[in-house]
Amino acid sequence: MIRFERVSVRYEGTERPTLSGVDLTVPEGELVLLVGPSGVGKSTLLGTVSGLVPHFTGGLLSGRVTVDGRDTRTHKPRELADLVGTVGQDPLAHFVTDTVEDELAYGMESLGLAPDVMRRRVEETLDLLGLAELRDRPIATLSGGQQQRVAIGSVLTPHPKVLVLDEPTSALDPAAAEEVLAVLQRLVHDLGTTVLMAEHRLERVVQYADQVIVLPAPGAPPVMGPPDGIMKVSPVRPPVAELGLLAGWDPLPLSVRDARRAAGGLRERLAGAAVPVRTGVAPTAGPGPVVAAERSRPGRLARLLGRGSAAPVTPAAADPVTRVDGLGVRRGRVEALRRVTLTVAPGETVALMGRNGAGKSTLLGALVGMIEPTAGTVRVGGLAPARTDPRAMVRRVGLVPQEPRDLLYADTVAAECAAADRDAGAAEGTCRALVSELLPGVGDDTHPRDLSEGQRLALALALVLTGRPPLLLLDEPTRGLDYAAKARLVGVLRGLAAEGHAIVLATHDVELAAELAHRVVILADGEVVADGPTGQVVVSSPAFAPQTAKILAPQEWLTVSQVRDALEAGA
Amino acid sequence: MTASPASAPARLLRRALHAPEADRANALPAGAWWLWALGLATAASRTTNPLLLGLLVGVAGYVVAARRTDAPWARSYGAFIKLGLFVVALRLVFSVFLGSQIPGTHTVFTLPELPLPDWAQGVRIGGRVTAEQLVFSLYDGMKLATLLICIGAANALANPARLLKSLPGALYEAGVAVVVAMTFAPNMVADVVRLRTARRLRGRPTGGVRAVAQIGLPVLEGALERSVAVAASMDARGYGRTAQVPAAVRHTTNVLTLGGLLGVCAGTYGLLAAQGAVYGLPLLLAGLVVAMAGLRLGGRRSVRTRYRPDRWGVRAWLVACSGAAVAAAMIWAGAVDPEALRPGVVPLTAPVLPLWPAAAALIGLLPALVAPVPPSNRAAADRPAQRGKEQA
Repeated sequence: MIRFERVSVRYEGTERPTLSGVDLTVPEGELVLLVGPSGVGKSTLLGTVSGLVPHFTGGLLSGRVTVDGRDTRTHKPRELADLVGTVGQDPLAHFVTDTVEDELAYGMESLGLAPDVMRRRVEETLDLLGLAELRDRPIATLSGGQQQRVAIGSVLTPHPKVLVLDEPTSALDPAAAEEVLAVLQRLVHDLGTTVLMAEHRLERVVQYADQVIVLPAPGAPPVMGPPDGIMKVSPVRPPVAELGLLAGWDPLPLSVRDARRAAGGLRERLAGAAVPVRTGVAPTAGPGPVVAAERSRPGRLARLLGRGSAAPVTPAAADPVTRVDGLGVRRGRVEALRRVTLTVAPGETVALMGRNGAGKSTLLGALVGMIEPTAGTVRVGGLAPARTDPRAMVRRVGLVPQEPRDLLYADTVAAECAAADRDAGAAEGTCRALVSELLPGVGDDTHPRDLSEGQRLALALALVLTGRPPLLLLDEPTRGLDYAAKARLVGVLRGLAAEGHAIVLATHDVELAAELAHRVVILADGEVVADGPTGQVVVSSPAFAPQTAKILAPQEWLTVSQVRDALEAGA
Repeated sequence: MTASPASAPARLLRRALHAPEADRANALPAGAWWLWALGLATAASRTTNPLLLGLLVGVAGYVVAARRTDAPWARSYGAFIKLGLFVVALRLVFSVFLGSQIPGTHTVFTLPELPLPDWAQGVRIGGRVTAEQLVFSLYDGMKLATLLICIGAANALANPARLLKSLPGALYEAGVAVVVAMTFAPNMVADVVRLRTARRLRGRPTGGVRAVAQIGLPVLEGALERSVAVAASMDARGYGRTAQVPAAVRHTTNVLTLGGLLGVCAGTYGLLAAQGAVYGLPLLLAGLVVAMAGLRLGGRRSVRTRYRPDRWGVRAWLVACSGAAVAAAMIWAGAVDPEALRPGVVPLTAPVLPLWPAAAALIGLLPALVAPVPPSNRAAADRPAQRGKEQA
């Protein structure tokens, strides 16, 4: 269906080609997954299929890309519109009209389909994607998951033979992601649509893929093969494959279901081992147990935090860093938060989870003082954040927003650091030292815009940490991060927690929560519906359980590394 | 049985007039709302009577309150009202400081006058401020404000993008480009708000000129990037696909469109320049016809079709005609009884509400009865309350 023949792409002003030696064929009716680290040219490869590269973006494409026999050199994107449907990373940048129904019809209008055909297909698509309730709604008022579904629907209506998706589930909560993936699978199975999709969150998508293309490094030729074969050699793997390799299962399972079937033996081997539950460490009942736990079992704590020695926690710091009591926030008529009560102790990592629009970002906003509570109290370091001068707040709480770019104003890293030192009243060079630690190898005069997603996050994190806030908040930190960047982030956050920072992360990434969090708080419709140690909250929930927990349930193992440690200890 | 034969048609009529809940199928065309609002605006432009102007504002406001949705574009009404008040205030301030040509005898207060050289004759800064002059400016400002509020009402009631659906095919793509360019502004405002709150995270004050200056560049960058992304998306979705048309048709289109536009220009000039009134009107009409033919032929190049275009039904006609009726009545009243529509300021008299023009202005309320009712926000507001009860 899609043929790449010796394709390479080079953008103007770059020394080496972004893509080179791409020589492969995507067969009709298959769901093909494109994986690889950030900045490796995945979006460029996707762009060549729709013709946006090079017709729209510029750059030099050599070789040939044909889609269903049409050569993209001679066909502009608009002439491929009936054949290829493209959804980019940001659904908001995709919309041309302003209501759901018009958006679904837009592509068909451009192609000149007959009105009765358009009407029928819009109705079908509304049902297929579960959008019927939203048909008259302005797009701007929809949640992220709904917008993503509208974006996919809007390219489905012209019945393209090829669907190209760039990170379709990154911004979605687990349930919404499942929904979108179910729709894609239905398209592949029932309509024979060819789907080419790039995605970092392998644990969500790899089980649906018929083939996987790996782009190992910028400019390196891609490798294509069946998922289980590729996952054995790929540098990036979802936990299910990791666990399969660890246990030596063959064939390598890619779905939780297959893995559960093979997991009987592993469960027996693990039955005797004690799950290194973080409940002993997580101070659920307040600050007391933290100190006690750390004093009684320093070795285990240190191992858990991945550090040689646990940083000493002074008893004075053991008061809760933040105390939220009966918090309510209203926006217009909408009650974004209701009666939320939450306490976070120093050294504790809390994961806030819940579907899109459940109030996670609002809660973080209230903690940092961007949003004023309409009811209840918020205290951070004894102060009410919304009524305190921002300059005083930076030394008590720091938030890395969903879009780290919002924090960056200056045009070099050095200027950014100097400004951060001034803002936080820190000694000169504090921020630069943090940047060197978190982001080794980034020059002083680099423009923040030229950094990759992960590097930008690290820079924003360094800026926020300059004020040494005891409470650190992160909003969706792993969005758009590849596995390597994520692993680095996990290491950094564990180190900070060991130093006594309290961390609250709002995330959809269940694997991240399983790796990091002592405690999970689940929000729904602005209310706290679950609050407890990660193991207990997450294992019982079908949506928020990490893959390892699903495979080994009812045992409470959360991550592959826990299982590995237990097996090594047992051996 | 009990219903008398005479009341049956009345009941039928009442049921037919009873406005249904609005959805996509029975939505009023945006054009109908604009005609209604322009009718009210025309009426407002014919009078300076503050009572009549107030009545027109009330009519527009009532209809907006009764029929607007909670879509983002419907929230602009408040902004238009503020703009109107600002215009009134500005008009008064100018009148106070720059004086006015209106002769008056009731001095309210006297400002120190700025001596100006001879060549600036006729310009005055400061000096005597009379009641007549203030009242005149107030009336004048109110007229402008009412015009603005009528336009705001149309904006709140009709989705501006829906107006596009009524453009001829040949102009559609230009129209989309304009609408996409217009979304640039609201997106930029959203960005400013987001970045200003983000400044707080760096521990900087969120207000002040410096804050705005510092976030200016990132905001522009962001808006530009998004526009490029939307353009890419439109391209990939078939925007600008053209059909193959014979060269002859293409040339004819060009000739017709250009010729028609020339005719329109010449005709307009003829109408405006006192002598040419004889050939002006026919030339203008002929030019319009030729240009329309050119656009129609040009539409052949465009392959696009329209999804569920708005239908002009009885309700749309009623809405549009109610506006036109108000305008016509006011114009007629202006011819018959100009005194009532323009209350005198020299000498000062209290304005009276002329009965018939006022009654005519009330025709503008018709849309609040016949236009489909937007699905009430009450349903949405009730749900959380219920949920709260269940938990209690």
